[in-house]
Amino acid sequence: MTKLLPMNRRSFLQTTAVGAAALGLSPSLFSATAAAQTALTVGFIYVGPKDDYGYNQAHAEGAAVIKAMAGVTVVEEENVPETVDVQKTMESMINLDGATLVFPTSFGYFDPHMLAMAEKYPDVQFRHCGGLWQEGKNPMNTGSYFGYIGQGQYLNGITAGYASKSKKIGFVAAKPIPQVLQNINSFLLGARSVDPAITCQVIFTGEWSLAVKEAEATNALIDQGADVITCHVDSPKVVVETAAGRGAFVCGYHANQSPLAPEKYLTGAEWAWGNVYTDFVKKAQAGEKLGNFVRGGLKDGFVKMSPLGPAVSAEARTKFDTTLAEMMKGTFSVFKGPIKDNKGGDAVTASQVLAEDAIELESMAYLVEGVVGSTS
Amino acid sequence: MEGIGIWGVPLAIFAGAIRVSTPFIFVSLGESITERSGRINLGLEGTLVFGAMTAYAIAVMSGSPWLGVLAAMATGAIFGLIHGFICKFPKVNDIAIGIAMMQFGLGLAFFLGKPFIQPVAPRLPSIPLGGWSDIPQVQSALNINVLFVIGGLLAVALWWAFKNTRLGLILRVVGDSSDAARAMGLNPDTVRLFATAVGGSLAAVGGAYLSLYYPGSWNEGISSGQGLMAVALVIFARWNPIGCFLAALLFGGAGALGPALQSVGVTQGYYLFYAAPYVLTLAILVATSSPSRSLAGAPGALSITK
Repeated sequence: MTKLLPMNRRSFLQTTAVGAAALGLSPSLFSATAAAQTALTVGFIYVGPKDDYGYNQAHAEGAAVIKAMAGVTVVEEENVPETVDVQKTMESMINLDGATLVFPTSFGYFDPHMLAMAEKYPDVQFRHCGGLWQEGKNPMNTGSYFGYIGQGQYLNGITAGYASKSKKIGFVAAKPIPQVLQNINSFLLGARSVDPAITCQVIFTGEWSLAVKEAEATNALIDQGADVITCHVDSPKVVVETAAGRGAFVCGYHANQSPLAPEKYLTGAEWAWGNVYTDFVKKAQAGEKLGNFVRGGLKDGFVKMSPLGPAVSAEARTKFDTTLAEMMKGTFSVFKGPIKDNKGGDAVTASQVLAEDAIELESMAYLVEGVVGSTS
Repeated sequence: MEGIGIWGVPLAIFAGAIRVSTPFIFVSLGESITERSGRINLGLEGTLVFGAMTAYAIAVMSGSPWLGVLAAMATGAIFGLIHGFICKFPKVNDIAIGIAMMQFGLGLAFFLGKPFIQPVAPRLPSIPLGGWSDIPQVQSALNINVLFVIGGLLAVALWWAFKNTRLGLILRVVGDSSDAARAMGLNPDTVRLFATAVGGSLAAVGGAYLSLYYPGSWNEGISSGQGLMAVALVIFARWNPIGCFLAALLFGGAGALGPALQSVGVTQGYYLFYAAPYVLTLAILVATSSPSRSLAGAPGALSITK
């Protein structure tokens, strides 16, 4: 797009864009009817294709929700690497499109890229998906939002626990970071709430998106007897199709993948970013201060579950529904002690009951007992 | 299904060699033809990805995966022709053009491939050769794709043709000495043009395998550099088609090591296992290198050996 423009031209464009934005912001000049909503341009940046059946699609579906709101213009760019490229994308969204609220949605965009842009453009609001923002350390025009999707993986685990005959379930994971580890642990704990003998084999691929390796990992898990597979990679499409092709059941992640494997899809933990973005945009339009640290789970509408598939038994459905109801009340805890880690140490002590927003969960560095795998 | 424990590792390496190697086989066979004629086409990564996109798109629209493969071959040939045509002008560097063509192919594939990320295409068929075994894992590992078989046969045919046919001789003469070729009344540029076109169309078949069989989906991250690695494999295989086939198998098998070891509980240091194919390549290159002679089998007119 505008990536090749040199800096001096950019600063020239900046001044002209500000002028243009000022004109655009006084609707009375052009139209007397559009005064109800403040015009707002919102930028979305994705690390991959926005229709990947995964992480990026979940965000793009959220962007599509706010696109329908009055007075909102959405600008999007896909396949932006977590390099200086994302800074250029942000600059062009701000200078050329007049974006005043930017959502860089990928984990690696935060530091140093978004922080550098936030310093350069103090009037623009930046909200990053992933939850790295710290008060006092990061600028106030930045912030982070994230959802507690672990409970969704726990519910995945419940359906997996009922569906598994081999009592072995599998997880294809990208990198051993706390959010991924929490999903793996939640998936197994959900399955173990059905049958404490179940184990979960995990394979780390080392990258967020590596189609061939994800397919190999899925095959390796099934070769070792796993009969329900889920994953935490950017695009679960390959894992879902490969697992279903081998006859294993699958639980989805990020977005709804049931069209890819209608018979084998049990359920899935999905993001509901539409609600989150709507809230941000409403606040921005009303001139209110945007949250710097925004979190929520199933009960807050940040996360939702895919409709249960045809292979889910009536028994599983009942337990799924009662657990979901408890989660919606906010009284449910996945990490309730005592829980041992898979090296024999104490992960959660007997007296500890960690709520889904417990800060300890955000630095999780262990795999619980019953998970076969290692964090390094 | 019962787990098969530690036997999973050799099985995964074997199955991985068959599943993962096919794109490497086709790209490296194609590149061996091009390089034997005295040109390097580094753009095959772009051709591979564009082939993957074309095959997927045509398969979605027509319902026939084979039509997709044919369409991919056609586009691959066009990419090769463009490369070959530009390179015939004096003072044009084939490596630079290759890199430009790679970026062009990637960009065009991403642009045109946008509407085909969501739809599901019909897959290429495989031949179930594992019926003799009761073990489902073995049956699955022996589901061999037709393209893999074609790749193997093609490797042998090319090896024979380079040595024993007039066409093979023409290719080798042009690749070894443009002057000798001209003295024989051959036009090196024409030979290289067609050699690059054939190379491109084979590389596109490798892409079709990625999108239509394994992993069997089109998106912008479908290739993890197979097209580039395969170009290196040709040098590793000393421009010998059978060597290309074996090197591709080795690469595929080594790539399966990482996930397989984790699945049997060897979970420490998986990043190291993922580097196995590259470490292996380095080790073999070092072991077979010699300080006293140049690469055996290298075409004399190749720009890297000039």
